[in-house]
Amino acid sequence: MAHIDENPLGRHLPLDPLPGHSSRGRLERVLRRGEFAVTAELNPPDSANPDDVYERAAIFDGWVDGINAVDASGANCHMSSVGICALLTRMGYAPIMQIACRDKNRIAIQGDVLGAAAMGVTNIMCLTGDGVQAGDQPGAKPVFDLDCMSLLETVRTMRDNSKFLSGRKLTTPPQVFLGAAINPFAPPYDFRPLRLAKKIEAGAQFVQSQYCFDVPMFKRYMDRVRDLGLDEKCYILVGVGPMASAKTANWIRNNVPGIHIPDAVIKRLEGAQDQKKEGKQLCIDIINEVKEIKGVSGIHVMAYRQEEYVAEIVHDSGVLKGRTPWKRERNPGDDTVQQRIEDLKDGKTENQEQMAETAAHHPH
Amino acid sequence: MTRSVWSRWSRPGAGTMSDLKPADKPVKGNAAPAKKATTGAYTPSGVSPNRRARRSYTIRLWSVRHSRFLEWFYHRFADLFLLLHPLWKALGYNRVEAPITFVERNVKGLLFDCRMCGQCVLSSTGMSCPMNCPKQLRNGPCGGVRANGNCEVEPDMPCVWVKAWEGSRNMVKGDAIMNVQKPVNQSLRETSSWLRVTAQAAEAKEAAAKDA
Repeated sequence: MAHIDENPLGRHLPLDPLPGHSSRGRLERVLRRGEFAVTAELNPPDSANPDDVYERAAIFDGWVDGINAVDASGANCHMSSVGICALLTRMGYAPIMQIACRDKNRIAIQGDVLGAAAMGVTNIMCLTGDGVQAGDQPGAKPVFDLDCMSLLETVRTMRDNSKFLSGRKLTTPPQVFLGAAINPFAPPYDFRPLRLAKKIEAGAQFVQSQYCFDVPMFKRYMDRVRDLGLDEKCYILVGVGPMASAKTANWIRNNVPGIHIPDAVIKRLEGAQDQKKEGKQLCIDIINEVKEIKGVSGIHVMAYRQEEYVAEIVHDSGVLKGRTPWKRERNPGDDTVQQRIEDLKDGKTENQEQMAETAAHHPH
Repeated sequence: MTRSVWSRWSRPGAGTMSDLKPADKPVKGNAAPAKKATTGAYTPSGVSPNRRARRSYTIRLWSVRHSRFLEWFYHRFADLFLLLHPLWKALGYNRVEAPITFVERNVKGLLFDCRMCGQCVLSSTGMSCPMNCPKQLRNGPCGGVRANGNCEVEPDMPCVWVKAWEGSRNMVKGDAIMNVQKPVNQSLRETSSWLRVTAQAAEAKEAAAKDA
């Protein structure tokens, strides 16, 4: 039987857009169908080897609905999110491309959005990004030309109005599902739900939260979110992840901005025989608690340097309810590539004079 | 000017250039975090490595606490400026730009630590200037705000958006904080936002008068 998110005419064909959907992506399909979505974060390699990306993505095969390609998270230098997305879309994965406002101005960002959509990226997540001071190169010049809110609005305008920020027309708008980040665990707590409202107004269709270790605090946040009716306007994915040890948790608490870890979590990890196993169990327990909260549409698993546990965590928490997320899909650009490979095989070479002649007579 | 700055450094007893060179032995304590950071030494996360972060925020915080008064005052002030529109027009907006910018920079600089972005949104941000945010966020706090309400980048500075939220709650039109702000137009930097607002208001008034 064909997978529900496959083209009924064959797996090798690209998906048709559904009415009311803003992208052709499967993450949007899963969320709009009301299924519990699972996304994971790919640890970006510090190398120029594409196999590093493929290996890290293969771990998630068949377990997640989307893979986040992070944009120098924590202001530490890694392979760029555009590069990772280029590789992943080529192999038929569905990345969620993160764009941070720290490193690029509005000109670069709008160009990247078009490029990404052309490569087959269907999900874009708009972030402000950590300050350069948090990273390995604190002397870098912080850009922050846009902020996450104006970035959301920019991409939304590009998609819905086919226009750049300047008002110049786009011939083909980028069809993307727009995401944003939320952090319910940082002050000012009473403003946080309103900030989500603002992000939705600016264009956010789904949000992924910061690591959730304090479920009661998250519940209070969600109460307010439901009061404002925001859970109906936006899909909320809760950020979860295993902690390798109490020491790591302590380090994160003291050094990574914006992550709130209550004392009880550290105590629980410290008390365990096998801290790594306990960290995983804690993550599963949190998933089981948050998945019951009304308005939560999925989880976002951030298992930094423990990516191999994602499958286990997803399996043990049973969030997929027997559903198998699709594996790899066909990229809309595959036909062109295939044509070119066949031409090469047939020994067909390009005649540049002929090509110039054709181009001259058929501009675009 | 340059000379006086230099003479301060070279004055005997006030420290010499050799003091500024990285110390050979590791610096202990955090009395001078900026100096310590230049040596490449580990600086704990709770201490700002830059000098600006260790200044006092007294007046800026006063402005936020008195956001309602300042809102009231600004409305009167804006009305006055609009009344003076014929004067600005007679003198030429271009000609008054420089002196007004000077006054605006110093008044707002004192009260709000204004950065002269030239497109003031203080009325929408609880009288807490968003350009003081190290990320210059104009739409709300980032996710990195510390549990004590301080900035993630400058640990000693109260997050301008935590303050903005508090300030906006005191204001009559505090809900303007919910407006999605456009990206900053960098070409308006160092220009007078008072004059721009006045010119726009006058234009709108004239257009309305023409329609009627």
